[in-house]
Amino acid sequence: MTASSTGPLLELDNVTISYQRRRDRVDAVRGVSLIIQPGEAYGLVGESGCGKSTLAMAVMRHLPRNGILSGGQVLFEDRDLFRLNQAELRRVRGGRIAMVYQNPESALNPTLKVGEQVAEVFRLHRALRHRPAAEAALDMLRKVRIAEPDRVVGLYPYQLSGGMRQRVVIAMALAADPALLVLDEPTTALDATVQADILDLFTDLRGEMKAAILFISHNLAVVQQVCDRIGVMYGGELIEQGTVAEVFKRPRHPYTAALFDCIPDFGVRKSDRRLAGIAGGVPDLAALGTACLYEPRCLISRQLCRVEHPDLMRAGSRHLSRCFFHAETPAPGAAARVRPEAVPVPDVTAGIPLLSLHGVGRRYGRAHILKDIDLEIAPGETFGLVGESGSGKSTLAKVISGLVPPSAGTVALAGERVAGQVGKRTGRQRRDVQMVFQTPDTTLNPRKKVASILGRAVRVLAGLGGKRKRDRSSALLGDVQLPVEMLRATPDRLSGGQRQRVAIARAFAGDPRLVILDEPTSALDVSVQASILNLLLDLQRESQAAYLFISHDLAVVRYLSDRIGVMYLGELVEVGPTERVFRPPFHPYTQALIAAVPRLGGAAPERPVSLDKPAPGPSERPEGCPFQTRCPRAYDRCRAEAPPWRDAGEGHMIRCWVALDALEASQSAALKPRRVQAPLPIGRRP
Amino acid sequence: MAVTLTEAGGRRRASRRGVVPLAVGLLMILVWVVTALGADWIAPYPPADIDFLAISQPPSPAHWFGTDQLGRDILSRVIHGGTYVLTIAPAATLLGLGLGAAIGLATAWFGSWFDEAVMRVLDAVMAFPIVILAMLALTFLGAGTGNVVLVIGLVFAPLIARTVRAAALVEARKEYVMAAQLRGEGSLHIMAMELLPNVRGPLIVEGTVRLGYAVFTSATLGFLGLGVQPPTPDWGLMVSENQALLTTAPWTVLFPALAIAWVVVAIGLAADGLKEYLEP
Amino acid sequence: MLRFFGRRLLLLGVTLVVASVLIFAITNVLPGDVGRIILGPFAPQDAVARLNAELGTDRPIVIRYVDWLTGVARGDWGRSYAFDTAVFPLVVERLGRSLTLAVSGLVVLVPLAVAAGVAAARREGGIFDRVLSTVSLAFGALPEFVTGVFLILVFGIWLGALPIQALPPDGAGPLTVIAHLVLPVGCLVLLLFAYLFRMTRASMIEALAADYTRTAELKGLPQRTVIWHHVLRNALLPTITVIGAQIGWLVGGLVVVETLFKYPGIGSLIHFAATNKDIPLLVGCSLAITFVFALGNLAADLLYAILNPRVRHGRHAH
Repeated sequence: MTASSTGPLLELDNVTISYQRRRDRVDAVRGVSLIIQPGEAYGLVGESGCGKSTLAMAVMRHLPRNGILSGGQVLFEDRDLFRLNQAELRRVRGGRIAMVYQNPESALNPTLKVGEQVAEVFRLHRALRHRPAAEAALDMLRKVRIAEPDRVVGLYPYQLSGGMRQRVVIAMALAADPALLVLDEPTTALDATVQADILDLFTDLRGEMKAAILFISHNLAVVQQVCDRIGVMYGGELIEQGTVAEVFKRPRHPYTAALFDCIPDFGVRKSDRRLAGIAGGVPDLAALGTACLYEPRCLISRQLCRVEHPDLMRAGSRHLSRCFFHAETPAPGAAARVRPEAVPVPDVTAGIPLLSLHGVGRRYGRAHILKDIDLEIAPGETFGLVGESGSGKSTLAKVISGLVPPSAGTVALAGERVAGQVGKRTGRQRRDVQMVFQTPDTTLNPRKKVASILGRAVRVLAGLGGKRKRDRSSALLGDVQLPVEMLRATPDRLSGGQRQRVAIARAFAGDPRLVILDEPTSALDVSVQASILNLLLDLQRESQAAYLFISHDLAVVRYLSDRIGVMYLGELVEVGPTERVFRPPFHPYTQALIAAVPRLGGAAPERPVSLDKPAPGPSERPEGCPFQTRCPRAYDRCRAEAPPWRDAGEGHMIRCWVALDALEASQSAALKPRRVQAPLPIGRRP
Repeated sequence: MAVTLTEAGGRRRASRRGVVPLAVGLLMILVWVVTALGADWIAPYPPADIDFLAISQPPSPAHWFGTDQLGRDILSRVIHGGTYVLTIAPAATLLGLGLGAAIGLATAWFGSWFDEAVMRVLDAVMAFPIVILAMLALTFLGAGTGNVVLVIGLVFAPLIARTVRAAALVEARKEYVMAAQLRGEGSLHIMAMELLPNVRGPLIVEGTVRLGYAVFTSATLGFLGLGVQPPTPDWGLMVSENQALLTTAPWTVLFPALAIAWVVVAIGLAADGLKEYLEP
Repeated sequence: MLRFFGRRLLLLGVTLVVASVLIFAITNVLPGDVGRIILGPFAPQDAVARLNAELGTDRPIVIRYVDWLTGVARGDWGRSYAFDTAVFPLVVERLGRSLTLAVSGLVVLVPLAVAAGVAAARREGGIFDRVLSTVSLAFGALPEFVTGVFLILVFGIWLGALPIQALPPDGAGPLTVIAHLVLPVGCLVLLLFAYLFRMTRASMIEALAADYTRTAELKGLPQRTVIWHHVLRNALLPTITVIGAQIGWLVGGLVVVETLFKYPGIGSLIHFAATNKDIPLLVGCSLAITFVFALGNLAADLLYAILNPRVRHGRHAH
């Protein structure tokens, strides 16, 4: 209505945003110019600290207290956002520009019913009275395809699952029919299947509504699915911009190209190629010289790059790059065609398994966190464990390591039964099983130096003292490719990736035979993740240790693992060699997981299984098959009896009532680019 | 270059947040430490010297703070009184910190029924107003410096334990503690070497806050006649002894009261500064 | 909600039992025999023994505890040595008077401290915030007899504006009654203000920085609606629990304030009992105070539950 139909909707003109820190001022965003047209979807990607979220908040004119717009303009519908008075600003916020946040957990007010929180927007921006606003809110919840909207309006946020909460936030954002929707990592906190549903919702809504989108994400594949154009940020600058098609096909900045090489494509295996990390770290924004920011890490940098800072330059008809030599940007994959050294293939069938679990369960009161787990891991093998949050992956890791004693079943190491509690295991058994954890921030004791952290592990696990202890600590640090000077550092001086390396060194202090890796890279940026994965492969080749690798990222698990287990609600539902697990037939839950993986390049197959319904909690475990409440194939028997393990050959086991050939027939059809709806052979209930 | 200079100035100011109140508070306490240590030389008269020729004198050059109804010099008594406060409060706080830290670490680390049982009992102890609890205990133990220290320390321990437990619970769930468990470290090692260093901050802050309340409590007990006994020149006791003279000889009450206020405010300032300094 | 209520009642029961054990233990197990405490150090040993037998302190401890507890439950709280009357009615009468003082204190304190905390948080680091934070820090740490002495000196003696005794003469009009209450209540308020103010300020600052507050602001809601509709509700929840905990301090404060202002409430009574070694009276007062304190906490918990949808609907986080 107020929008002029001709001009751009949003124009950032040479925007610089600075933070006043304790000691200095830092430009978190520098000289960013970009334009978003009405109805367009623009994706802004980059690793943590690149300034993309700061930019998003600037578009809402909501900078933190110590942040200021120190240069440039933010023009929205031809008006300078930073010159609006408070009343005008309030009309824009929520009315013309609305936002969806990263963390739906905290974005909703815990003490107000969600219906009221949506209705509020209608009352404010559409001047509706109470009753009509409540009805409009209900309509809006329907529009974002929330299950049982009539019931949901009367609930409080804590009563909803993460995915439902995010739908409520989206409904709130769409309520005033805004011209621009700012999405700040809207799916990052969600499980993969929920993420896929939300992305679908965005894609659908784009058809229904006219709103333009500014989509902030660290995930290239996610942005690709929703956006028309994409901008890549590095060190506070926009370094590349173009249509999604162009940038993904032929990136024109070495950083973008390198980012693509860090991500294992879905289907690439460790025996196919080594991942390329990006050497070095992100620039220190407080101490910038005149060179190109990416120069220290760039594979094609030259003398010019070291003395002059490049401007954004034209690299195609609608393609910009901040690189003097953008024409020479290696094509993705080219830089990474490093043949991996031979990856040993462990013999899974022969000999005594290194680890075997029989009927392992863990319950708290009535809630089964783990139920009836049978699992074997061979020496030197990498076993991948996948499943959504709450599926019991981490608890299983803790049971194996002895941090949580099982309430049923047995754990055996090399055929020898071990105690449930780590404190009651022998020194040898403790040395054999070590763990690397998820959170770089807490994995090391912040009050100790690296020397003392590694030294203690060496002393206790390897039984070395004095000089031999110090030598071994230095050697361990060398093994994880950290300089020996780091022994004197405390964890707060290390980056996330470096801390994870120290944690890995600590786990290897006593030559373990099984290392449990519990989401070791999920808190890291992709460039760091790649180098950690490479490191893990190198260490395994030298030490012959077996890995239990836990991750929610199917591409990474597929890349690294020899065999894979899929967990759902505390139970294993499918186990098999990696390539078999990713080929039909698979468990309907595995199918949904695979379909939910956002893929780079080429559209994902249409998703036949939508897990829109949230998983029941462990205390609400259904009768029969645990998956039956969400399974599109569930029939009477699934609701009555626990399903049997079915053997698909080559050690590939699926726990399902549906016959394997029936599963395979429909799933093979679903994997092909689909035109017709595949028939669902067995008793699908509406 | 001007830019660099202002930045350097800003840095100095910024990194010293909390230092000013901390320094002022410590200086204010130092005054009493010095006078208490040198009380015998600094105080113009012996504290218990009765002078019937100078009863209830208002402040004068001979008696800066005046005299009480027995002719004792208020200034000398206030100076000597500092000794009691400055021994009782720190000793009681240390006792409370030691006990509280041990209980807090143990409940956080062992958890389950042990934690539940200990915390329920401590909750019940904390259900008593501190002064009432101390009063009850002192009635039966008998008044006296040692018992006052013991009782205040015991009464503070649950409060400190709760703070330490809360902080230690957060730490105990962190991954570096799991890594220690996987090495096979014993409970004592984990509590002392992994958890304790990481709850040091809250422990120190709680300690300074408790120190203030220890002064508060010991003064109150003195005022109620349950602490040190006459003729000891304890500040709280002096206020209650001379309460009846409020209308006729207010200086007998005013100066000990001011002394208490001085110390309490000093500790409060130092605690606040320290907190800001440790938790930016 | 019902489950929550049941759990809290159970907790109240546990607290009271443990507290009664504690009171009983302190008065019966601590070194120092009761007869000796009453009769003093110079009484002959046989007189002490006779008194102990009379009081029943030579019987097994568990039996004595059970006897005592059943007596307490029946309202038989023993006889005061000093007043030579039944303890229970005496305690109830004095408790009533103390409640007047305590409730007046809360009525003044809560709105004042909460409003100040909210105002300071909204301008965090501003002049009002800094001045009030510093001043409240000073007063909050002062023992109430020290503030009381200052108040009496300034308002009662030098200005001569207010009475320095809390109890008004018989048949005094309401204004006189209030005038007599001003100083003691002011003393209590000064004692408690700092803590409540600081806690309100802290939880308000937390709520202001919360993501949901950002959501509300970025919806375009006016500042007033953001504060009243979104922030306060969340910020005041923890404050309620704090008020519950404050009741303990309040009661402790009563002992001193009533002694200083010569007010015949439960506080001065327990002080009298302690200094005169009137053990049944001391135990009775302790019991009453514990009970009131526990009830106050329970009330705060319930109010919290009523305002918090999570608890109201049965599932509550731990």
